[in-house]
Amino acid sequence: MIKAILIFSNQGKPWLSKFYQPYSEDTQQQIIGETFHLVSKRDENVCNFLEGGLLIGRSDNKLIYRHYATLYFVFYVDSSESELGIFDLIQVFVETLDKCFENVCELDLIFHVDKVHNILVEMVMGGMVLETNMNEIVTQIDTQNKLEKSEYLIPHFDNHDRE
Amino acid sequence: MPAVSKGDGMRGLAVFISDIRNCKSKEAEIKRINKELANIRSKFKGDKALDGYSKKKYVCKLLFIFLLGHDIDFGHMEAVNLLSSNRYTEKQIGYLFISVLVNSNSELIRLINNAIKNDLASRNPTFMGLALHCIANVGSREMAEAFAGEVPKILVAGDTMDSVKQSAALCLLRLYRTSPDLVPMGDWTSRVVHLLNDQHLGVVTAATSLITTLAQKNPEEFKTSVSLAVSRLSRIVTSASTDLQDYTYYFVPAPWLSVKLLRLLQCYPPPEDPAVRGRLTECLETILNKAQEPPKSKKVQHSNAKNAVLFEAISLIIHHDSEPNLLVRACNQLGQFLQHRETNLRYLALESMCTLASSEFSHEAVKTHIDTVINALKTERDVSVRQRAVDLLYAMCDRSNAQQIVAEMLSYLETADYSIREEIVLKVAILAEKYAVDYAWYVDTILNLIRIAGDYVSEEVWYRVIQIVINRDDVQGYAAKTVFEALQAPACHENLVKVGGYILGEFGNLIAGDPRSSPLVQFNLLHSKFHLCSVPTRALLLSTYIKFVNLFPEVKTTIQDVLRSDSQLKNADVELQQRAVEYLRLSTVASTDILATVLEEMPPFPERESSILAKLKKKKGPSTVTDLEDTKRERSVDVNGGPEPAPASTSAASTPSPSADLLGLGAAPAAPAGPPPSSGGGLLVDVFSDSASAVAPLAPGSEDNFARFVCKNNGVLFENQLLQIGLKSEFRQNLGRMFIFYGNKTSTQFLNFTPTLICPDDLQSRLNLQTKPVDPTVDGGAQVQQVVNIECVSDFTEAPVLNIQFRYGGTFQNVSVQLPITLNKFFQPTEMSSQDFFQRWKQLSNPQQEVQNIFKAKHPMDTEITKAKIIGFGSALLEEVDPNPANFVGAGIIHTKTTQIGCLLRLEPNLQAQMYRLTLRTSKETVSQRLCELLSQQF
Repeated sequence: MIKAILIFSNQGKPWLSKFYQPYSEDTQQQIIGETFHLVSKRDENVCNFLEGGLLIGRSDNKLIYRHYATLYFVFYVDSSESELGIFDLIQVFVETLDKCFENVCELDLIFHVDKVHNILVEMVMGGMVLETNMNEIVTQIDTQNKLEKSEYLIPHFDNHDRE
Repeated sequence: MPAVSKGDGMRGLAVFISDIRNCKSKEAEIKRINKELANIRSKFKGDKALDGYSKKKYVCKLLFIFLLGHDIDFGHMEAVNLLSSNRYTEKQIGYLFISVLVNSNSELIRLINNAIKNDLASRNPTFMGLALHCIANVGSREMAEAFAGEVPKILVAGDTMDSVKQSAALCLLRLYRTSPDLVPMGDWTSRVVHLLNDQHLGVVTAATSLITTLAQKNPEEFKTSVSLAVSRLSRIVTSASTDLQDYTYYFVPAPWLSVKLLRLLQCYPPPEDPAVRGRLTECLETILNKAQEPPKSKKVQHSNAKNAVLFEAISLIIHHDSEPNLLVRACNQLGQFLQHRETNLRYLALESMCTLASSEFSHEAVKTHIDTVINALKTERDVSVRQRAVDLLYAMCDRSNAQQIVAEMLSYLETADYSIREEIVLKVAILAEKYAVDYAWYVDTILNLIRIAGDYVSEEVWYRVIQIVINRDDVQGYAAKTVFEALQAPACHENLVKVGGYILGEFGNLIAGDPRSSPLVQFNLLHSKFHLCSVPTRALLLSTYIKFVNLFPEVKTTIQDVLRSDSQLKNADVELQQRAVEYLRLSTVASTDILATVLEEMPPFPERESSILAKLKKKKGPSTVTDLEDTKRERSVDVNGGPEPAPASTSAASTPSPSADLLGLGAAPAAPAGPPPSSGGGLLVDVFSDSASAVAPLAPGSEDNFARFVCKNNGVLFENQLLQIGLKSEFRQNLGRMFIFYGNKTSTQFLNFTPTLICPDDLQSRLNLQTKPVDPTVDGGAQVQQVVNIECVSDFTEAPVLNIQFRYGGTFQNVSVQLPITLNKFFQPTEMSSQDFFQRWKQLSNPQQEVQNIFKAKHPMDTEITKAKIIGFGSALLEEVDPNPANFVGAGIIHTKTTQIGCLLRLEPNLQAQMYRLTLRTSKETVSQRLCELLSQQF
């Protein structure tokens, strides 16, 4: 089972955090901080799997991460998941983000946090892998975009909407 | 503006995020956020009703603020309102907010549940998907109560869309995890199993996850999934790389699904049906073969996905642990990965090899990689990989390579990361003890541990070295010499001072002959460390000093001076002060004899499980082994405690006065069998008044003879120059009958021949023995027979004692033997299938129900003899149940008058180490313990 998914920048700014097990808000922030601390010190080309931090529980949990340019993608999983399977799932997630945002960059994640969540929702549900077929995920997201467009015909970039 | 052109338009949100990003300081950020929060709060509270779009925008902002780590204490209600919107986008953001921000005990749950109920009933697949997601993400008990009945229906309904089925399967899985009691198995389970045949691979993947979790708790209910999973897997593995279209990932067909299916199969033993089993073996071989084929793509994703499947296949092979050929191939494959340039693969190979090392078939093959693993320990740049290397070395260690592995671990310890030092220390200490042939090596190793990583040496480790030194005469002198030398170092760890102080206090005399380590030198050396130590260590050293006073009278005055000094006698610490005062006084008033008695060398510690191992295991409570030993000792004291007409026993226990002893006997009524218990007290007097003597201690060798009868019913129980006692017995359910034959080996009559059965206090209520007295005269060369009728009332641990008293040529004879009526005699064998066995095995998984013993083989490890013994023990021997054919499993029922107790046992021989591991699982702790104890003595 996937326990948590985190995305943060090289500076440790969290752009996405999704917990599939209940943790208090304070604990969530501590986990994010600790994870950044664990991962950011590591060289490139070392192992992408490590024992989880103390907060999320050391014994059974593993941290699997990938580093892309300015972003860290971190998955916390228990022993029922295949390490390489999750490692590839992160790649699928990123490739999907890339397709949905047309060359995804850090700013896309920041300004469209809801979208990123929606993409994740198509892939992982309650901590289990829901869909790994990228085309299927992208189709779902496209459908959502169309729905959204049809629901808001009025343009929203007019001046009254600056706050 | 590329972001906006992608179809969403929350300009206000973008502006806000930009503002935050432009903040130069944390304070500025907080200020901006507080301003925004105030703004949103006023909008929510304002008179003007907000339109859906604005609500959505503000909720998004709150979400963003939350992600930055700020508390959000409002907006929940607005989010809940969004759920009932008809607009997809608003609904979606509402659900998003709730799944991120609402914790499971929120008061809003009822409102949320209501909205979910509507969406589930809407038959709009998108809305249903959102609702199912929300249930799965929040996953609270209230939600389980509300939807555990509904979700299975959606899952198996014929007209449910594929995407909804996928979501429903995972949603159900989540509810089952939170509240298994609310998800009863039912008609839907068989239909869920058939989802493994579904056309849509996404549905199959989700269903496989669900079934895997359910099958772990209900293996019987889902066992049909095995053959379906095998055939699905077989179709995937043999498909061309393009067959599965979108589910092919970089030329690997459906890797995630393959992984899930292989996981599901790990919930079960190897398939019984030979056709299914053959097909599975074929699949696994194909996967192993593919690993050797040239890659279809140079992309790393291709090899990753391929290897994900391969590692899972290897896990399954290891789990089944039944096909030597596959196990060796798996080991070779992992061996290749150990040297792979990808760090991730090296890591996984080390990890998988750890489990492979414990298999009989592959242990040797794993050992061949020792140099590579040691090299990994030295050269890997990554601590998590090195940690795995340590684990693997620990797993592959046996007598043949222990010295090498311990040496490598010690040298690694010097530079090891702080985070893993304590674990390495424990592992080294365990290996050193387990495989020590030479205890000097053991002592060296532990002292090295303290020298290199003293801070990480826990109390258990140094307690243990002292226990071992005290129990082994041959190493005491060496230990004293070694600690003395180690203490010479100008700075040594406090743990070394503790070990050194203790050992010199006990065995310093063994090296005192050498002028370089004379008593005074030893004392000065220890005392030079005194002031640098903590209070507990100082207290220990004070005890060493008083022991010195006894060992070396020549340093008595020096030590008295030290004890008398103000820093001791007036020490602020009560414990130290008290020790100084008492020891000083003791050294002044006591005669040398008294000193020698009070300060005698420590008696050997009872043999018990290593406390270090216990620390590493930690899962069981206080060691049951110790308790058992204690009770055993108590019992033998009871039995041995007579005024002993026979030569004094060598028992170390101090002999109480005879009067106290008779009282002791009275307290543990030794009622003879036969007469009803009510008159037991009176009869007791009769028996003993006659002979003016009490029960003899157990005859020498009685224990061994006793053990021989555990697995058989007939034979000679006791024999000396005068008397032979033979037994024949039969047992059925909770009843038994035993014929005891007393043979007079001499040509002279035995007079006043009185055999008596004695049940210890506790046993009386558990075991009913009835017998008739025999003729008091036994002619020379004659044999008399006595019948004992036995009824087992409830389970019992102790054994009755048979005491025989008679006169032979004017001398009084008194013999006691344990009568081999043991709990296992009331076994009825039970045949069962492999599946039944493992299901029951799992049901008996409480820690109290299981008792395990690991012990060295006392006899040659012969399979046929072992089988005969297990059958003789009374249980059924179940063939082809354990995936590992070298193991033995048995099952049976213990019948007592009050209850029946199902018992499962598993015996795993390790030929190489000449060890066995015996595991007993029964529904009753005392039964598990007793059976384990009895059977362990047999091999």
